[in-house]
Amino acid sequence: MASNHTVVTEPHILFGKLTFDSIPYHDPILVTTFTVVVIGSLGLVGAVIYFGKLKYLWKEWLTSVDHKKIGIMYVIASLIMLLRGFSDALLMRSQQAIAVASESGAGYLPPEHYDQIFTAHGVIMIFFVAMPLVVGLMNIVVPLQIGARDVAFPFLNSLSFWLFVVGALLLNISLFVGEFAATGWLAYPPLSGLEYSPWVGVDYWLWALQISGIGTLLTGVNFVVTILRMRAPGMTLMKMPVFTWTSLCANVLIVAAFPILTVTITLLTLDRYLGTHFFTGDMGGNQMMYVNLIWAWGHPEVYILILPAFGIFSEVTATFSRKRLFGYTSLVWATACIMVLSFIVWLHHFFTMGAGASVNAFFGIATMIISIPTGVKLFNWLFTMYKGRVEYSSPMWFTVAFFVTFTIGGMTGVMLAIPAANFVLHNSLFLIAHFHNVIIGGSLFGYFAGLIYWWPKATGFMLDEKLSKWACGLWTVGFFMAFMPLYVLGFMGMTRRLNYYDNPVWNMWLLVAAAGALIVLAGILVQLYSIFASIRDQKKNQDVTGDPWNGRTLEWSTSSPPPFYNFAKLPQVRDRDHWHDMKEHGLAYQRPEKYNRIHMPKNTWAGAVMGGFFLMLGFAMVWHIWWMAILGFAGIMGSWIVYAFERNKDYYVEVEEIEAIENAHYERMERAKQRKDDVADDVVTISV
Amino acid sequence: MSTVLAAPEPGYTGYVEEEHHHDYAGDSVFGFWVYILSDCILFATLFAVYAVLQNNFAGSIEARELFELNYVLGETALLLASSFTFGMAMLAANRDSMKGLYGWLWVTFALGLGFLIMEVNEFVHFTHEGAGAWDSGAWSAFYGLIGTHGLHVFAGMVWMLVLFALLKRDGLSTENRTRLALLSVFWHFLDIIWICVFSFVYLMGVM
Repeated sequence: MASNHTVVTEPHILFGKLTFDSIPYHDPILVTTFTVVVIGSLGLVGAVIYFGKLKYLWKEWLTSVDHKKIGIMYVIASLIMLLRGFSDALLMRSQQAIAVASESGAGYLPPEHYDQIFTAHGVIMIFFVAMPLVVGLMNIVVPLQIGARDVAFPFLNSLSFWLFVVGALLLNISLFVGEFAATGWLAYPPLSGLEYSPWVGVDYWLWALQISGIGTLLTGVNFVVTILRMRAPGMTLMKMPVFTWTSLCANVLIVAAFPILTVTITLLTLDRYLGTHFFTGDMGGNQMMYVNLIWAWGHPEVYILILPAFGIFSEVTATFSRKRLFGYTSLVWATACIMVLSFIVWLHHFFTMGAGASVNAFFGIATMIISIPTGVKLFNWLFTMYKGRVEYSSPMWFTVAFFVTFTIGGMTGVMLAIPAANFVLHNSLFLIAHFHNVIIGGSLFGYFAGLIYWWPKATGFMLDEKLSKWACGLWTVGFFMAFMPLYVLGFMGMTRRLNYYDNPVWNMWLLVAAAGALIVLAGILVQLYSIFASIRDQKKNQDVTGDPWNGRTLEWSTSSPPPFYNFAKLPQVRDRDHWHDMKEHGLAYQRPEKYNRIHMPKNTWAGAVMGGFFLMLGFAMVWHIWWMAILGFAGIMGSWIVYAFERNKDYYVEVEEIEAIENAHYERMERAKQRKDDVADDVVTISV
Repeated sequence: MSTVLAAPEPGYTGYVEEEHHHDYAGDSVFGFWVYILSDCILFATLFAVYAVLQNNFAGSIEARELFELNYVLGETALLLASSFTFGMAMLAANRDSMKGLYGWLWVTFALGLGFLIMEVNEFVHFTHEGAGAWDSGAWSAFYGLIGTHGLHVFAGMVWMLVLFALLKRDGLSTENRTRLALLSVFWHFLDIIWICVFSFVYLMGVM
């Protein structure tokens, strides 16, 4: 904790700023957590070794360049981080529920701990839950939707994943070694400068974000190239599935916005490490420039998170309404408009900074304009459902919950976009309620819908429908209960990030919000149980055909999970809903006459090993252990060069192997069909 | 309104019969252009930072007192010449002339090295004169922008060395030709960035 450590100003040659003091052994909460984490990790590693799965794990997963496996690893990591981010949320909600100032103090969390918790909560939820979840879904789905066998740069994809893991690891290490930033999730200077944050919290923030940010940038480049160059023959841009379209726009935004984050973080790093004056309060630095730069990245980032969710809702709505998506073209153009507009609204995050009336008016109007293409999309989905045979499966539940929740969040967003109103609402709980309203009710509900929808595709078995519907109900009710009071509190003048307050009137609303958070917790527990149960009952829930929802797009034409090469034969696309078209004309499930051998990339150690060196570099830089930083950097460059010199990075899958895999799939389908017919016969007999 | 297309022509199976060879080199080149785009934004951000901070000398020595256009012209000439020699190297590669390729690449490397030495020399000189990166916001922005460009040049030279070794081992293989093409894009890109640096930082700095 900040109050108990000593700030080392002269780094030791071997240990840098690291001392025994850096480990918070005097904090019972952290020591307990640490013990649990250590025992848990040791148990996990022990189990892996005991069951002799270490080699399997390394060969089949950690070194994999298969986009589907990388996608699954992203999803697993993000769900683990969700637990941590949500624990932070519970800590905050419980603190505020009891933190009415009294003589005995307020709440149970001291300010410096509370500040780290809200910072970590924001950073984790955006960078290490939402981002990996959406990137994971893109990884699993996009190559399948466009009829490709992998992404354009499989090695870079693996590297991106490992850089994300390194960022997440650094953030988690900060819990037990040193501290995390206590600055808020975007670390505004001067608070994040050396003067006010002298220890390592901000440095952890810097390196965790820098390293995972580079990974995201590589992902962006990778997917732009994949989508633009690797589509199956016949799939023109306007025949791409909508999720692929929204992913393309999101990745263009990544390529265009993440360099700004890279620069901003680097300059803050220079301020802290070399004493430059980019964002300092004196010597010609400019703090407001930081706020401008970070939001010039930050606002597009919001759309990186929401656009793919829009894509998921489009796929889900069309599939479960048993109809072609209404207004495909308008939806694509709306997405493109949002992509462009997202770059000219960043100033609405700080209307109160004093840019002047005309500047504020411009950005206020630009912000309101974004609600137009977004509204277009809502009508697209509603009209898709109109006169459709809507099947209320659990992804559809999340979609409908999204319609309502997101519309409310969008309206409060327009309220915040009015500069005059913003001067009152700025920095209040109204704002907190608004952005949780759109991120949970928009992005997260979308990811959950996508997770359930594509779960059988990735794993080969279904999630339990009933449990997923329970999860949706609990999440929705919990969300409204947790965040609607925050709108009220915003109007009552409660600002964000309060460790305690002396207005007892607020307390009732915060108690309601805390109860809401507990309902969300129940929703998360149901989700975890549903994952556990579906793995346990996977024989029963098996998806044999590969098309459990009667889908429309190409990913449903493969087996579940798809073979590592995805498509034995590449599709020749003639319709937007190619798989639906094939089913309509009786072309689906026909065994092709012959196969050709397939060119595939080999797995590689390079991503995981480079990730290890990046972790070394990041940790060393946080603690000013220069020799280790040099070693880490040399390791990164060295392994990259060794990898460049490697030969035979790819190979051909021979026809015999493909035939064996494909035949097994067709036989499985036959058997399942047989069983189904038998059952149907039985039913008939009984009814007679 | 029918949402089902007309029945397909006979023989259509929904799948490709004969696959065409995929152009992997093309993916790399296009991907690298996308990366260059992101690098453009990186430099644009640094230029914007420089534009905001360029007059914030806060009592430190001012740029116009230190900038020597002739010196910078020398640096510029080295870098521009290196772009030209890289072009010659590419021509040699297209003629399959290993000798020409090595020769021109080494010249390019030497010119790049000369540029870097001059740049570092200038940095040391400025710092001694009281214009270090930590002396004021304006100087921080100066080193931030030009240092990033210098680091790119340095990275390009490391890449060149690695490519030398790869060329030694594999000759002008398809992969090495792609690598050469990518490095060429990178190198010319750095030249364009430098022209902007020269115009906006140095020329406008003394005006």
